[in-house]
Amino acid sequence: MDIKESVISILASNKPDVLARIAGTFSGRGFNIDSITANITRDPRITKILITTHGDQDTIIKIEKQLNRLVDIHQVTDLTSLGLPLREMMLIRMPMTGENQDKIMEIVDRYRGEVIETGAGYGVLELAGNKEDMDNAFAALEQLGIDDFARTGSITL
Amino acid sequence: MKLTGSQILFKALHAEGVDTIFGYPGGSVIDLYDEMYRQEGIQHYLVRHEQGAVHAADGYARATGKTGVCLVTSGPGATNTVTGIANAYADSIPVVILTGQVPTHMIGKDAFQEVDITGITRPCTKHNFLVRTVEDLGRNIREAFHIARSGRPGPVLVDIPKDILQATLEEEKISMAVNLPAEPSRESIDGACAEAISLIKASRRPVIFVGGGILRGKAVSELRTFVDAVNAPVTASLMGLGAFPGTDPRWLGMLGMHGTYYANMAVSHSDLLIAVGVRFDDRVTSKVAEFAPNARIIHIDIDPVSINKIVKAHVSIISDCREALQRLNTMAGGRVLLSEDQTRDWLDQITKWKRAVPLGYCRSDKIKPQCVIEKLYELTKGQAIITTEVGQNQMWAAQFYHFDYPDTFISSGGLGTMGFGLPAAIGAQVAFPDRTVVDIAGDGSIQMNIQELATAVHYNLPVKVVILNNSFLGMVRQWQEMFYGKRYSQTHMKQTLDFVKLAEAFGAVGLRATKPEEVEDVLRKGLETPGVVMMDFQVEPEEQVYPMVSPGAALTDMKLGNLRQEAD
Amino acid sequence: MSMEEHTITILVKNEPGVLSRVAGVFSGRGYNIKTLCVAPTANPEISRITLTSNADADFTEKIKKQLDKLVDIVDVLDYTGERFLKREMMLLGLKITPGRHAEALQALNTLGCRIVAMRPDYYIIETSGSRSENDAVFQYFQTFDVEMMNRTGCIAIPLNPKNDPE
Repeated sequence: MDIKESVISILASNKPDVLARIAGTFSGRGFNIDSITANITRDPRITKILITTHGDQDTIIKIEKQLNRLVDIHQVTDLTSLGLPLREMMLIRMPMTGENQDKIMEIVDRYRGEVIETGAGYGVLELAGNKEDMDNAFAALEQLGIDDFARTGSITL
Repeated sequence: MKLTGSQILFKALHAEGVDTIFGYPGGSVIDLYDEMYRQEGIQHYLVRHEQGAVHAADGYARATGKTGVCLVTSGPGATNTVTGIANAYADSIPVVILTGQVPTHMIGKDAFQEVDITGITRPCTKHNFLVRTVEDLGRNIREAFHIARSGRPGPVLVDIPKDILQATLEEEKISMAVNLPAEPSRESIDGACAEAISLIKASRRPVIFVGGGILRGKAVSELRTFVDAVNAPVTASLMGLGAFPGTDPRWLGMLGMHGTYYANMAVSHSDLLIAVGVRFDDRVTSKVAEFAPNARIIHIDIDPVSINKIVKAHVSIISDCREALQRLNTMAGGRVLLSEDQTRDWLDQITKWKRAVPLGYCRSDKIKPQCVIEKLYELTKGQAIITTEVGQNQMWAAQFYHFDYPDTFISSGGLGTMGFGLPAAIGAQVAFPDRTVVDIAGDGSIQMNIQELATAVHYNLPVKVVILNNSFLGMVRQWQEMFYGKRYSQTHMKQTLDFVKLAEAFGAVGLRATKPEEVEDVLRKGLETPGVVMMDFQVEPEEQVYPMVSPGAALTDMKLGNLRQEAD
Repeated sequence: MSMEEHTITILVKNEPGVLSRVAGVFSGRGYNIKTLCVAPTANPEISRITLTSNADADFTEKIKKQLDKLVDIVDVLDYTGERFLKREMMLLGLKITPGRHAEALQALNTLGCRIVAMRPDYYIIETSGSRSENDAVFQYFQTFDVEMMNRTGCIAIPLNPKNDPE
């Protein structure tokens, strides 16, 4: 069967062990987590967790069923079929000097990013977009020397 | 008035109707035991090892249908429960395990007898709690019981720090209201049930295959009605024994690796398999690709995870077994779905298989273990509650004791835990003090929790232990004989242990039989003797359990030993 | 004990079970993970976990040292008390009634939000910033009909170059 990327959205109680249970459900059954992002919702008692994973349709259904078995989970939704845009964000800190600044700004503009902080000889960039754009932007900036970076997992609506 | 955490805990237990606890005290739960000293209405059974406490609570739960409760201290007390918890989890048994924990401010500091038991048991409990405040305590206990018994049952652990047992709370501030996320809503089963009915009507070679879900879901009489309507033969997993009468002519015996020839043949040749409350364990299906290859499959189970996990269902009914069977019975409307004419050829074929290869064994001058079980069945008139250990003793019990009644066969199915039978028998005997409770054991597994004999004697629980003593770890030896060139690596126990003296040392009665003609007398005497009795039957050392499906082979590919009576 | 928010970045081997171990260190000691991001790094064998947790002063002792002991963990960076940038991204699904397009577009512009997808009656907009900035954006759009909201966990990057991983 086709292996595809899926995004699973989970609403869970905001309790210390919920992530451990979810992560354990994946690892204990050999399911893969490609990226995960978690944040509280409008209701601070509820956390929303978005997991990107890959597998065939059967595997995704098995994951959903296993997650539904967890007591602290309120809702599990497979967002994949909705065909919504998958977005992620990254922060990159890199040297910014006269020579490379133009090149950096060109890339930042191309991907609609932003320089959110500058200091002595360095700048911090923020870029958001789909995974492919982010991969491309990262590759282009890497040529110019990245000091440090952090990337969120993918989210969608 | 203020109540301590310990008092709140008892209040919650009373609210749940708990009157029996199996436990073992220790530093972290000493306040709780101190409170127990004053409490009335709860009988505590002091086991000899914490693993025994969980198995006893498990046996109690299986025998009664209620939720079993055990109570242990932190650290090693908690870790000793893990096998018992995993065992209850594998067989979907409702048990609440209360563990003490070091005081909240010591957690994470490697304190004396500290262990992260919620972390350790996360994959083998249905859910677990670390109680964070005394305000949460009563509610968490109620939630634990609710989770343990609802849906597909299972063990729930509640870890309670010592300071929370000592803390106090105004009585009016105690909340015991369960506050859990709603379970995912289920689709109506009507459509699937209607589809199932039409599949049944179109079938000519149906088999009904039942499992523990019938017993946990208390659907025994609904099953009987359903079988009458379908007119089909019935087989069961190990966990389903007792769900359908073992003396009914439609009964096929157990399915799977050590299932009967005719059950395995019937499922393999069926055109419709109606699977109710089962999860298609590998000991049942063996080679999945060749499991019931010609059959449409209707799968009824309460756990969506079980559906399509191993075997693809053509119709799946995600429901409590009782509800689903009631619905199907209503749709059948008291009429038969398949007439005798329609299934006559099929039932005739099954009769041929039954005659060709019945269950049996060859007599010799040594005691045959199967004969001990047969005699036990005769002498108890099938009325005993049977618990087993794991291995050959368990399979012979499953094959030769014909279970007519639900909740009378108590055995470790999914996990296969040696040492389960004796403490489970204690739990069952506590629940039914006047019934005959027999643990069918091997000489290997009885030693794994032999200390619980002291518990049985302590509380005068008249459990009878039948040891099929072959001086081997018999099932492993059987595999070594069949598949490993008779290299009996580390399976010969060279049994020097005198089980009669051992029984006497515990204050129980010990009996021994070494010859076939002694079997009946020893059993009779053992069953008639009041109090705890351990019977040592020195049996044929190299007896095999037949039939046996080779691991990974199709169910039709059975080793039969001398069972075959005639060409089929 | 006073509770403060800690931001921790953990570089881990990209292997099944790592997240479960990390989450277990927190839950076993009763600490709640408030936000979490796990994503691959440039090195496919290494993933980067960024999480925030409310914790008391014992946090470093209890958590960081335990994390350091996990076999699959490459590095643990606790940014607490350092200069670092912390951002998250938020997606909003807005229902737009016919009369309010101009107002919505104006607000998007002012607040620095991007449009990711657009139908006549529905916008998906994206914004990134500190949590409080995103809270403010969310608050503002409450005057419209916010049908859906998802946000990533926080990611963080230190401004003090000595704290470079690797």
